[in-house]
Amino acid sequence: MSAVSAPTEPVVRVSDLSVRVGTVEAVHSVGFELAAGRRTGLIGESGSGKTLTALAVMGLLPDGLSASGRAVYREQDLVALSEAELCRLRGDRLSMIFQEPLSALNPVQTIGEQVAEPLRLHRGLGGRESLARARELLERVQIPRAAEKLGQYPHQLSGGQRQRAMIAMAISCSPEVLIADEPTTALDVTVQAEVLRLLDRLVDEEGATLLLITHDLPVVAGLCDRVLVMYGGHLVEEGAVGEVFDSPRHPYTLALLESIPSLDQELPSGRFRAIPGAVPGLGQFPSGCPFRNRCPRATELCATMPALEGEGHRAACWHPAS
Amino acid sequence: MLLSVVTPADTDQRRPAVSEVLAVTEPDVESAWRRRSGLNPSLIAGGILVGAVVLTALVSYVWTPMDPTHVVVSDRFRAPGQGGHLLGSDALGRDVASQIMAGARNTLLVGMVTVVIALLVGVPLGGVAALYRGWAEELVMRLSDLVLAFPALLLAFLFAAVFHASTLTAMGAIGIAFVPVFARVVRGAGLQVMEQDYVTAARTFGSSTLGIFFRHLLPNVASVMIVQGTIAFAIAILAEAALSYLGLGTPPPTPSWGRMLSDAQNYLAQSSTLALWPGLSIALSVLGFNLLGDGLRDLLDPKLVQRIPPQ
Repeated sequence: MSAVSAPTEPVVRVSDLSVRVGTVEAVHSVGFELAAGRRTGLIGESGSGKTLTALAVMGLLPDGLSASGRAVYREQDLVALSEAELCRLRGDRLSMIFQEPLSALNPVQTIGEQVAEPLRLHRGLGGRESLARARELLERVQIPRAAEKLGQYPHQLSGGQRQRAMIAMAISCSPEVLIADEPTTALDVTVQAEVLRLLDRLVDEEGATLLLITHDLPVVAGLCDRVLVMYGGHLVEEGAVGEVFDSPRHPYTLALLESIPSLDQELPSGRFRAIPGAVPGLGQFPSGCPFRNRCPRATELCATMPALEGEGHRAACWHPAS
Repeated sequence: MLLSVVTPADTDQRRPAVSEVLAVTEPDVESAWRRRSGLNPSLIAGGILVGAVVLTALVSYVWTPMDPTHVVVSDRFRAPGQGGHLLGSDALGRDVASQIMAGARNTLLVGMVTVVIALLVGVPLGGVAALYRGWAEELVMRLSDLVLAFPALLLAFLFAAVFHASTLTAMGAIGIAFVPVFARVVRGAGLQVMEQDYVTAARTFGSSTLGIFFRHLLPNVASVMIVQGTIAFAIAILAEAALSYLGLGTPPPTPSWGRMLSDAQNYLAQSSTLALWPGLSIALSVLGFNLLGDGLRDLLDPKLVQRIPPQ
């Protein structure tokens, strides 16, 4: 969790990745790298394309959406792989945790069956063996009375326990890359902290590379090394967590950070600070820089999209803040 | 849901939560509880009737009052109770009670085989349509439209004309007529299941399409299939009786309720009760399977079950 991280070999190298929804481009040639064993946060508002980016990397885009570009994992381009090849990788080397554990668990299957599933698929374990491993996994994610929970159905567990069971499924084959899509958004605040601590510990123990998708900035600050900021389907800023949070360059990142209310400071105008305007709908972003219609620094120059510029700490802005 | 719905301990423990969270009144909770515990009258009545038919069929394998196919011409048109014939005897002097018992076997066989044909063909087709979408779905749906547009009776005529009319051709025709019904139900339920996050999650963990079909789609449509299967069973019994009545079903001498009914029609003047017994048997068993289907629907259909909110 150091602010400055020595560059290591990237496990996943995403370049020029775009996602189309019908004729509208929802993610515009995004490029980033996930360094081995590092934790990267991906932040942005709803509709910024964070989840689509993650789904495209996993090859899980729903019908009607298509990805182009490259997402290279260990010399294999995930965008170009066949479904069968992806099936072999997913759950084994690449795994994902979903936002809403209740809907991401099958209501008519026991927890044990579901946690054991990846082990059966990828490790070829039999019924008894995989259930025994599932029990160990449930104990590892600190679900109380794990043996009893094996035979229970998702609705019999609490929200926090369900998310823990999801995490157990995701780490069951010790994946190299773990994508967590807003893993704590659907949970109570107290449970959130516990689940994040658990995730933190497990990622450490497994030495996994984490991509944490969230709109919760403090979570990124506490858990990640690097941060990617997305807005309107563009990657607008990227850098080490300390640098980006201390001296944001993109006006959007700056505005995001300023809109976090502080507990010990009196609000200057007695109101929360918010970014003016609202996030436009899909396909209704302005041409050029997607943020320019809400940006205080926007000029005519912003009608063309700036490139991500900088060394280590990069931002796509003609008028960077610092 | 299938298993958890009927767990009484679970429901008991959560009952206060229901009344608090949903702010439902006690009677609602009571009826929800009764529904969940499976004590609905149609299930009981249907169960008893179906149980009686099954029991009769089973007993007929080891014991019938007389040989159901034994012809004693001198003994014809006995009234019920006469000459040791509990329900009388028919135009050839065969014992009606024994024929009714043996006919139950045929009825159940027809019901089971047609439902199995419909399930074996319809479920995979519906599954393929839901899983692969695109042209596969289009093909399955248009084919089922075609079969639905084609009257089942004509299909039975066709089969009887091409092959010899037998129980098998009747079962084949009825079974094929049911295939689109099952394919549509599985596709509809399957499309809903495919939208769920847990299917995406299963793919994330490396499940193949086939794995999703067996582990996620089938268990989630199982309750719908049980209900649909029971109701199809009832319709199949009626259809076989109708085909046998028309001479397109079970050929003699195998006892069949439908043919007994059509035979009895010719001798209504000689023995008016002769038509009563097979007619009553058909009516009661069809009623039984329909009630059972209704009862199972109340018990298993997630839309009718009081959903207990999480936590």
